[in-house]
Amino acid sequence: MNQLKEAAIETDVVIVGAGPAGLFSVFELGLLDIKAHVIDILPRAGGQCSELYPEKPIYDIPGLPICTGQELTDNLLKQIEPFRPTFHFNEMVETLVSLGTPEKPEFRLSTDAGKIFHARVVVIAAGGGSFQPKKPPIPKIDAYEGKSVFYAVRRMEDFRDKNVVIVGGGDSALDWTLNLQPVAKSLTLVHRRDQFRAAPHSVSAMQELVAAGKIDFRLGQITAVEGEDGELMRATLKGNDGVEQQIACERLMPFFGLTMKLGPVADWGLQLNENLIPVDTEKFETSHAGIFAVGDINSYPGKLKLILSGFHEAALAAQKAHRYVYPDKKLLFQYTTSSTNLQKKLGVS
Amino acid sequence: MHEKETGVMAKMSFEDAATRYGAEPGGGAPTKVKITFIDSQGQARTVEGEVGSTVMETARRNDIPEIAAECGGACACATCHVYVDENWTEKAGKASQMEEDMLDFAFDVKPNSRLCCQITVRPELEGLVVTTPAQQG
Repeated sequence: MNQLKEAAIETDVVIVGAGPAGLFSVFELGLLDIKAHVIDILPRAGGQCSELYPEKPIYDIPGLPICTGQELTDNLLKQIEPFRPTFHFNEMVETLVSLGTPEKPEFRLSTDAGKIFHARVVVIAAGGGSFQPKKPPIPKIDAYEGKSVFYAVRRMEDFRDKNVVIVGGGDSALDWTLNLQPVAKSLTLVHRRDQFRAAPHSVSAMQELVAAGKIDFRLGQITAVEGEDGELMRATLKGNDGVEQQIACERLMPFFGLTMKLGPVADWGLQLNENLIPVDTEKFETSHAGIFAVGDINSYPGKLKLILSGFHEAALAAQKAHRYVYPDKKLLFQYTTSSTNLQKKLGVS
Repeated sequence: MHEKETGVMAKMSFEDAATRYGAEPGGGAPTKVKITFIDSQGQARTVEGEVGSTVMETARRNDIPEIAAECGGACACATCHVYVDENWTEKAGKASQMEEDMLDFAFDVKPNSRLCCQITVRPELEGLVVTTPAQQG
């Protein structure tokens, strides 16, 4: 236990999710002197805004007639800079255990990267859940995942001298085609069409490898796999002409983008309603004292999944969070426009 | 008094709009069309789609299964994939370049595949039939 304590990161609040609701939570909590660590499975801040529509305009942010998902994210990051949040990207919170009491909550969180956090309060701002790789509808593919079917490369050595099949036509598929070709025994790239939504230089490098006979490019899809004990041996390639063929395949990498899955949140013992977390509309607190849920992941009568709702929820949740983090301090309601105290925190006074 | 009048007028025009919505007694273009979604098990559901909205929005409003539409219609997720019935492919139109790119992230893409957030409901689509795949995400 002592060892765990030592290894743990101590913080006032852990915010799960770095989308707009999570980022603005940093701001509202920061104004109340509550320090935040923010954890997100994606490699950057922004959540759906930067993952799904970075270049697409948003028209319903109050006071911003038009801005893109990326601009909103960048502005939020700038806005929360004075509070110096610590970000933990490419990490997913796996477990959330309550250590405290309803009056004095305390939590222990662990991530898939092995980090441990101790926090007084937790704000779940996980949107539609975590972004995870889409798994193609190939029968029994689960049996091979992690052993011979991969959605990301952790160790290049896993692919050395193997017959590798990569499916997809985006940047991930092409980058790994180029990177794994030198180590693989053979490499087959399978895509539904001969056009690629990837960096032009990757596309031409791949085409050169095809022309030189160093990789095989096939139009079609993988419809079945065969193997033993998690180790793949063959895959069925169904060509766009409908003809099926067996190809050697010991490593398969399907790249079909990301999808949102609720993920481990479902196992945290919180009351759920159709994959959403019910909260009250005064404090946006969940069924567990000290755990708040803001943004798209919560539900309450009249809920609208709008970014602006997440902002409002973050502000109200912060008020109650203050009671947990500073039980002996009285909370004074103040405006950033007129309070020199708040302006000091924002670094403008 | 003036305010009250404005209120009444606003209400009347709202009711007027409500009456026109759906039926068009005085002729003119229809404001709703029937769209049939056939799920991967073969069950058909026919619902009304509002002209000007999208086929994806129509599906969501009517709780059609097998349409996830994770991104909410931004053509950014490929989870509203449908197969357009062959009698309708021409009228529904072809996928744009952006949509074709996004279809790379859908499964079992066929020549009649579309992302239905990109199909706008138009009067000439009265009777449209689309089939949904078993797996979107």
